[in-house]
Amino acid sequence: MAAAKRWYWISLVLVVLCVPLFVKSSYVLSILIVIGLYAIIVQGLGLLMGYAGQVSFGQAAFYGLGAYTAAILATRCDWPPLLCVLVAPFLPALVALIIGRPILRLREHYLVLATLGFGILAFAVFNELIGLTGGPSGLTGIPYLSVGPLVLDTDRAYYYVVWGFLGLVILGMANLTASPIGRAFKAIHASEQAAESAGINTALLKLQAFVLSAFLAGLAGSLYAFWVTFVGPSPFGFTASIEFVLMAVVGGLGTLWGPVLGAAIIVGLTEFLRWGVPVVMPKAGGEFEIVFFGIVFVLIMLLRPQGILAPGRSRRVARAVVREEKCSG
Amino acid sequence: MGAEGQYIQYLISGITLGSIYALIALALVVTFNITGIFNLAIGEFVTIGALSAVTLRAAGCPDVPAFVLAVLIAGVIAATMERTTIYPARKASVLTVIIITIGVAIALRGAALLIWGTHPYPLPSFVDIPPLALWGAVIIPQSLFVLALAVVAVALLFAFFDLTYVGKAVRAAMINRNAARLVGINPARLSLLAFVFTGMLAALAGIFVAPITTATYDMGFMLGLKGFVAAILGGVTNVKGAIIGGLLLGIIEAFAIGTLSSGMKDGIAMVVMIIVLLICPTGIMGLGVSNKRTGSWIAWLRQSVGIGSR
Amino acid sequence: MKVYKRSLILLICLSMFLVVLAGCGKAPETADQGSAAEPYKIGAIVDISGPAASLGEPERDTLKMLADELNARGGINGHPVDLIILDNKSVETEAVLAAKRLIEQDVLAIIGCSASGTSLAIVDSAQKAGVPLISMAASAKIVEPVAEREWVFKTAQSDIIVANKIARYLAENGMKNIAFLSMNNAFGDSGRANFEQAAPAHGISIVAKEKFEATDKDMTSQLTKVKALKPEAVVVWAIPPSASIVTKNFKDLGLDVPLIQTHGIGNKAFLDLAGDAANGVIAPMGKLVVAEQLPDSDPQKALLLEYIAAYEKNYGARPSTFGGHAHDAFNLVVHAIAEAGADRAKIREALEQTTGLIGISGVFNLSPDDHNGLGEDSMALLEIKDGKWQLLE
Repeated sequence: MAAAKRWYWISLVLVVLCVPLFVKSSYVLSILIVIGLYAIIVQGLGLLMGYAGQVSFGQAAFYGLGAYTAAILATRCDWPPLLCVLVAPFLPALVALIIGRPILRLREHYLVLATLGFGILAFAVFNELIGLTGGPSGLTGIPYLSVGPLVLDTDRAYYYVVWGFLGLVILGMANLTASPIGRAFKAIHASEQAAESAGINTALLKLQAFVLSAFLAGLAGSLYAFWVTFVGPSPFGFTASIEFVLMAVVGGLGTLWGPVLGAAIIVGLTEFLRWGVPVVMPKAGGEFEIVFFGIVFVLIMLLRPQGILAPGRSRRVARAVVREEKCSG
Repeated sequence: MGAEGQYIQYLISGITLGSIYALIALALVVTFNITGIFNLAIGEFVTIGALSAVTLRAAGCPDVPAFVLAVLIAGVIAATMERTTIYPARKASVLTVIIITIGVAIALRGAALLIWGTHPYPLPSFVDIPPLALWGAVIIPQSLFVLALAVVAVALLFAFFDLTYVGKAVRAAMINRNAARLVGINPARLSLLAFVFTGMLAALAGIFVAPITTATYDMGFMLGLKGFVAAILGGVTNVKGAIIGGLLLGIIEAFAIGTLSSGMKDGIAMVVMIIVLLICPTGIMGLGVSNKRTGSWIAWLRQSVGIGSR
Repeated sequence: MKVYKRSLILLICLSMFLVVLAGCGKAPETADQGSAAEPYKIGAIVDISGPAASLGEPERDTLKMLADELNARGGINGHPVDLIILDNKSVETEAVLAAKRLIEQDVLAIIGCSASGTSLAIVDSAQKAGVPLISMAASAKIVEPVAEREWVFKTAQSDIIVANKIARYLAENGMKNIAFLSMNNAFGDSGRANFEQAAPAHGISIVAKEKFEATDKDMTSQLTKVKALKPEAVVVWAIPPSASIVTKNFKDLGLDVPLIQTHGIGNKAFLDLAGDAANGVIAPMGKLVVAEQLPDSDPQKALLLEYIAAYEKNYGARPSTFGGHAHDAFNLVVHAIAEAGADRAKIREALEQTTGLIGISGVFNLSPDDHNGLGEDSMALLEIKDGKWQLLE
């Protein structure tokens, strides 16, 4: 078991490291960078949804908060970029800490609405604080990420940065979910009352998951800022928040690799349709891509409602929970 | 215009906006109560209603038949949507089904873009009279139609649920699906009816609001979102709550523009909404529990989730 | 153990996905080994769907039409043009991906994007790869500072030109206290910033600054606030449908001061939607909407009429100002390629030296200091009378 595990991790790291040797295309590397960024966000969201059982429709706000913080620190305060990347995620985490306690008291649809409202509020703030964020016109002049004399201005270098961070995040998640905290999370997801009566501080754990998810979204945001070197409000709107939830669900909640797969499927599907649709239907415009995206997406959800990587076990647990709740309700 | 006139104008503008939100919220709440699902594609039916009506009128169809036909088109699409995407997923979790409705919304919006393009289309007001003056403020006549539609829809729904046999049967099914099935009510057919009815209601709302808002392929997106906010603000299980939530949201927005900042109006509306949720976590109608169903909605939701995932 | 097997499958799937992607990135390069002259590849990234779709759609249509026409005439110096149009869904991240894809396909130049945000997002990619980029969006930030934007050009008039034109008109007619309403997006925001800069220079003070969202359905609240402040004129910086709704609300509320708008309302949608309420609206505008009324001496007249006729023939509608920006971008690129051949750096130089090129938005005189090349004479003040645009001067 231990040997298999070690080989598995080593081969994985090797694959990630070797990709740029085979893939010269900066376009493909860019797609992988975007997948990596989204996967970091969705890892946090997956923890929140799959383990802590809480939904957030406001992750794009934390993503944007991280991006703007990094961009402002780098352009207005002339901080070194690497420091910005490391510091910026703490602001979204702090915001999550402040709003988390009251908001996470809400349940079901009310939680959906409150997080969604927070997302819209943050989007309005990005647009309104013109002096700080540049308003709807955005912030330009963000430098490249650099480590000492090494300037990471190529997509290949950036691919290593993003996937390096993603690797750390996945490693952390693997350890977290295997730890007592991870088991406590699973207990909350299975039944909150049962977890509470077993002596687990559910409110605190949920808050921790929320803050961690905000931190990860902020990290992805700060990495995004130094990659595009321009930050405007449009990638951080309400639609992005929905997309992150879609990625989490498509990949499979409560799995380690679900977030990566979910991000890869949504980004890959979009890009695939962008060049695939015109090949099949030469006359079709961009409109067809959207229709197909919707249809393929609905099909995935109909065929694999638990997400593509959902383990059978969790379905059994879910069924048990349902049975239990039916008896009590 | 004096200060009072200004505030009355904000109130009226808020009611105009609010009655639009209220109609969408109403459609969402009815579907939710019968099926336990938030149909987040509801905004797209507003678009379909409005744009079909525009196209039919342009093709030479007289007003009323054009409107009826547009509503029927929306009904057919809603039925197709329920049968092809919601019914097959009836055993999936609530979150999955909500996400399926988002997928349907994306596909429908893409189709609308394909058919009608990005061009905004006008629809004339139902009556051609100048705006009415009231204490120094101005009312756009068409907004009275929207408000009237909202009031009539609520009254009819109320009468249906409380006075008719079928309505009572629907309520029975809402309270306990197994029991409803035992006495011969078919939940699957009920779900179909709920989607078709609310799809048609949303399309009708689209036709009523288009003279104010103009009709575009993406008009339903923000309306659906705001309707969702209004529905939850009012308390999801309550038909009257949808109207109150909608009007409240509209009035908050109008006063936020008037007294604070127009750029922050959505942000301010969201702050107020979050505060409302924190004070009374089951929506404003959860405060005075006048309705027997409202009090135990969480228990009911649990139950519906349980049955849905069997 | 089972978990690892599952992950292994995932890993294989991912690698296959990569291979497919890598393959699709390369496929077009091997495809065109034609016998005749090799086609010139031009890329275009347009906001065809999403919030900026009303700009992107006529641009896409115009580009398609022009490319077909050009190829029917025999292309550039015998080389057919292969125009690749991609949609960025008005999302900046997708615009970046599209730009990288086009750069890999060895396009000679990229036209795009439609809106300022998406254009700014791809500036860096174009600069790094050394590909000429011609944006169709308005913000001056896209091409300034020119020292850091040597590969970037744009065809839409900068907002400062429009702002100055409006401010001069207001000052000449003795209107000093102005209310300003703008759309809450990059277009409106850039307008607001430029108008704030232009107003004091003409002795105008802005007594109210209000905003509305592109998706808003009712602006009576904003206008009520404005009305109470009794401005001498109201300036609205927006595009339809919100610009039309403001115009209607303006008349509904009975405001009886001049209503001044911008080039953003330069399409038929505005007149259709605003109806009678549009009468009396004044706006600086490219000459496209009044092409027929221009004196024959106007250098642009012939080209404008030709474009209108061609567009009406292909799409059954009158072209919009935004289509005009695409028209100019395409012609600038074609003009430069005809001079420089298939070399990105030479094309950039040729673009920078373009002078006297007659376009839809005006006569382009580019230089190393000016990557837009349009002057204030590219705009005319127009007024809507009986539902039609009329030259005001």
